[in-house]
Amino acid sequence: MIRFFQFLGRTLEDSVQGAGKTLALLGSTTLQMRHAWKRRRFILDQLYTCGIRPLPVVLVVALFTGMILALQTGIELDRFGAKDRIAAIIGLGLCREMGPFMTALILTASVGSGIAAELGTMKVSEEIDALETMSIRPESFLVMPRLVAMAIATPLLTFVTDLVGILGGCLVSATRLRIAPEQYLKNVVNSLAEVLTWGGLPKDLYCGLAKAFVFGVIIAVVGSAAGLSASGGAIGVGRATRSSVIQSFVLIIVVGYYLTSFFYT
Amino acid sequence: MIRLIGVHKGFGTKQVLRGLDLEVRRGETFVILGPSGTGKSCMLKLLVGLLRAEQGEIWVGRQRVDDARPRELWEIRGRIGYLFQSSALINWLSVAENVALPLTEHTRLAPHEIDRRVDEYLGKVHMLQSKYQMPGELSGGQKRRVALARVLAGTPSIILYDEPTAGLDPIMTQNIAALIRSVQREFGVTSILVTHDLPCAWEAGDRVAFVDGGRVVHSDLTERFRHTDHPTVRHFLDGGRAASHGVTR
Repeated sequence: MIRFFQFLGRTLEDSVQGAGKTLALLGSTTLQMRHAWKRRRFILDQLYTCGIRPLPVVLVVALFTGMILALQTGIELDRFGAKDRIAAIIGLGLCREMGPFMTALILTASVGSGIAAELGTMKVSEEIDALETMSIRPESFLVMPRLVAMAIATPLLTFVTDLVGILGGCLVSATRLRIAPEQYLKNVVNSLAEVLTWGGLPKDLYCGLAKAFVFGVIIAVVGSAAGLSASGGAIGVGRATRSSVIQSFVLIIVVGYYLTSFFYT
Repeated sequence: MIRLIGVHKGFGTKQVLRGLDLEVRRGETFVILGPSGTGKSCMLKLLVGLLRAEQGEIWVGRQRVDDARPRELWEIRGRIGYLFQSSALINWLSVAENVALPLTEHTRLAPHEIDRRVDEYLGKVHMLQSKYQMPGELSGGQKRRVALARVLAGTPSIILYDEPTAGLDPIMTQNIAALIRSVQREFGVTSILVTHDLPCAWEAGDRVAFVDGGRVVHSDLTERFRHTDHPTVRHFLDGGRAASHGVTR
């Protein structure tokens, strides 16, 4: 029994310490934003890694998610004679929640884990120590370009997910539910245009993109923090990578709930 | 120039350094010999503040390292070059970009001047032909030489060498030792060389210290050290000689 509480206490202490380190890393990296222009080449490299490389998988997942959503919801709505509502459900569902979440989860698995593994390998092979002995801050040299790239790439990819998901829904609506594509797209636009608030942008769209921005920051910082605290060779790098994926998943879900609550209540 | 006074450092339950005292004079190459796990590399990391001592004082010139604030530590590190055992080249940067790092980060030199200096330092370590290669394409010895060029690009007054010849063949070992000696002569740097490699120690060192049990047990000028009667040191030196002739003790 005592051992159980010891384990519980240690786990809690580790979690709080980890959270503190991650927040401290976010703070110190934000202070390094002034070097963004100097590191523009690294930021562009990272934009390619974070924004272009995951694009194929994002497109496939978005297309099929839109199609599945249309099929499942459409069949049920058809029974009640309300299949015209399918466009609104898909448009709002993707822009508000599913687009940002799906993109963030894909990026966590592909980019976030990559960041943790890359920085973890650099840590255990003394490359991070080498930077520090040259008075080069890892937050500026390594973390900031990744953070900026993820903060830009995640909303952009989310926008692509929204579009492709809506088109996937359009495809199924046209072929399986016999809804004309023009009618479907018109319904999507109408449902999104119901609440126009900020610079003429639909609220559902910009709230989703704002969430994606926060998710991008979470993925970059959690991945970097896990990588920079890796120790113990290849096993340590594996552990850091795994922990970064789990932490990012949990944080995205929890923070996502509070952001939804902030935007819609 | 460099002083360690009564330094203690442990990892968990294992105490690595137990009151280590050491003094390195300006401009000399000071070799530290000793069995594995006696805290030689740990001592170098303490000197640049990558690790913190539990007890004792560490001085680099007039600046105290062991209780330095981050800003002071960055300043101290600016005067020290550290050659890691693993070379620690940034894998996604080319050889030229690696060597240019201290210049692009800490100076406002024009790109053509940085390029000229990169050529100069790569030339000194005979690696100019590999300027546009990636670290992954280099052998262990070539990586060490590029890492040394990167250290030189930072124009340090102190260079710390952590096992610079580990895993290298005897010819490359001799080359690296000669390079350490020529760097000391040409740039007048103070060096600390941690090694297991006796030929390298004899070739490069002005003075040698033997560390065992977390303390310096013997220290002398290189020539006198080679012929010491100190029993622990003698055992290590003879063991080294026997091993180099393929005899297992």
